[in-house]
This record gives sequence, structure tokens and C-alpha cells, in this order.
Amino acid sequence: MTIFNLFRKQRSAPTARERLQVLLAHERSSSGSDLVSLLREEILAVIAKHVQVDSDKVQVKMDRDENVTILEIDVEIPLGAVSQAA
Amino acid sequence: MGKVIVVTSGKGGVGKTTSTAALGAALAQRNERVVVVDFDVGLRNLDLVMGAERRVVYDLINVIQGEAKLTQALIRDKRLETLFLLPASQTRDKDNLTPEGVERVITELKRVFDWVICDSPAGIESGATLAMRHADMAVVVTNPEVSSVRDSDRIIGLLDSKTMKAERGERMEKHLLLTRYDANRAERGDMLKVEDVLEILSIPLIGIIPESMDVLRASNIGSPVTLADARSAPAMAYFEAARRLAGEVLPITIPGEKRGIFGKIFARRAA
Repeated sequence: MTIFNLFRKQRSAPTARERLQVLLAHERSSSGSDLVSLLREEILAVIAKHVQVDSDKVQVKMDRDENVTILEIDVEIPLGAVSQAA
Repeated sequence: MGKVIVVTSGKGGVGKTTSTAALGAALAQRNERVVVVDFDVGLRNLDLVMGAERRVVYDLINVIQGEAKLTQALIRDKRLETLFLLPASQTRDKDNLTPEGVERVITELKRVFDWVICDSPAGIESGATLAMRHADMAVVVTNPEVSSVRDSDRIIGLLDSKTMKAERGERMEKHLLLTRYDANRAERGDMLKVEDVLEILSIPLIGIIPESMDVLRASNIGSPVTLADARSAPAMAYFEAARRLAGEVLPITIPGEKRGIFGKIFARRAA
């Protein structure tokens, strides 16, 4: 860090990086949208057989790694629903 | 059988044609038989960058439509014996580029050449998907800039779904070629760093081409930069990338990072 930095504008690259990460996470999850929405419905149906869940609380996402595509499933089950089902 | 490479990016103006010419000439200088194929029907430019614009008689569309033989359309480079160009048509419509025709031409070229390098048009429409269709390997050209990175991500998705390799359930080999990189601006935090782009796109790196006047100078005189000035920084970076394409394992060097302490002080002042 030198004194010159005080007078310089904020670094912009970290902002670019962050914006891209958020945007691409979203675009990747919707690009295989047919498969993702199909999986989402079927997963939801299976879960609904056993516990009551809000359909908005089931998140199905596709992400990409160097070697594989990752399917991420995030289900939020309300407190009490599990004990009722058991 | 030769290897088919597609040079693609989604976004226009990032350096697909420059990179196709530079990599093609670099591989041909290793005495390998190389053909560079322009898929940008209606907006051809590879002929111009290669300095062969006045020698075009027949083109890819003529061959596909059966109006010319492949050997009549291929243009041999004046400087390198083993380098050939198959130009795109400038006047015909891109709908003349049929999937069957492209398959036939690529199959024939693979038989004769060690490398078939397809220069994709920008965009994600039929020209671009046909250019990548028969590829064994893809070079994704990206600038360290948000719109280019986003479009590259989209193209990577297409490479994994719309190519023959993907449809056969095989893995498409993809490599990132980062072009117009300025190590000093990245260091100052004003440009995405190599690591940033790699982390976001998660495909292996094949080379970093520095932003340089030599690239424009080479295209002005109609010569691939690896031929125009083989000792310039971008040419050396392309030579390295070509060696990696051919399977060599080399450490990646970031061009333009060798600035000494005085250079650093003056760079900051200049900013």
C-alpha cells in the first residue's frame, strides 16, 4: 500500500468477480431447466408422501465443476413436521 | 486421424480469429499439417488475418454444395508449407451450411490433416453450433471482462450438450485461452485476475495472451502473430498454448509480470 492508493478509485475487479459468481450460479441452474424442473417436481412428490413441505422451500440447483456437474437439493422442513410424520 | 479443435467464445471481438490463425501457424511451424477453417459464413475474416484474401476462389459453402472439390477450395499458406486455409463464403447465406455437409467436409479434412482448427462465428446460433459439432477439443477464448466471461460460460454449457462428443456421452475437452490480459491492471485490482476467471469458469487454462500492439500489427499486415513476430510476447504465449494443445505439460507463465521495482513505482504513478 502506498500513499497513492488513498487517492485512487476503489478496485473494481472484486465487484466484477462477485457479480459474475452470483449471475452464473443463477444462469447455470436455469440452463438445464427442463431437467431441473422435472427433478424438482418428482423430488417434491416423494418428500410430500412423508412430510408436509412448502413447495417454495425446495431448491434444486445445477452447478458445474471441472469434472462433474453437481445437483444441489436444498429442502427446508418446518419444525414439527418431522415428528408428526414419525 | 487428425484432431478437430473448435475455437469459440460466444462473444464477438475477443480474439477467436486471431487465435485460430496464431495457433494454426504455431502448430504448422512444428511441421504438422494444419488446416484452419472459417465457419463465419457471410462475415469471413480468417482469410484477411492470414493474408490470403486475394487468393480465395472457392469456399466452404461451394464444397458443401458440391460446386467445388475440397482440394480446389483449400489455400496453401505462402510462408508455411503445411498450413492451409478453408475460407468461408462472403456472399452466401449461412443456411447453406448443412449438418451433413459439415460432417462430410470435417471427415475428409481429418483424414489428410493432423489438426483441423475451426474458427467459430460469434453467437450461439447454427454457425457456432455447427463449428463445435465435430470437435474433439475446444479452445474457449475469453477476455478478463464480465460480458466475455458470461458468454464463455454459456458456450461451455453448449459444448457439454450440443456436440457429437457430448451426445455420445463422452467428455468434451475444453481449454481456456485468456486473451488481452494485462497483468498490471489485474495486479492493481482493475481487471479480473487469471485465478478469478479460472475459478468462475472451472476449465483448465491453455494460455494467457497479453494485450499487445503486436496483435494489431500482425493483422494489419495479414500475418498470424506467431509468424509476423515470433519473438513478441503474444507470439510466445501462443507458441506455449500450441505446445500444450499438442499434449506437452508446461508451467503457465503470466506474460508481463516481470516488471522491476522502478516499473512498479511508475505504473502506480501513471494510474
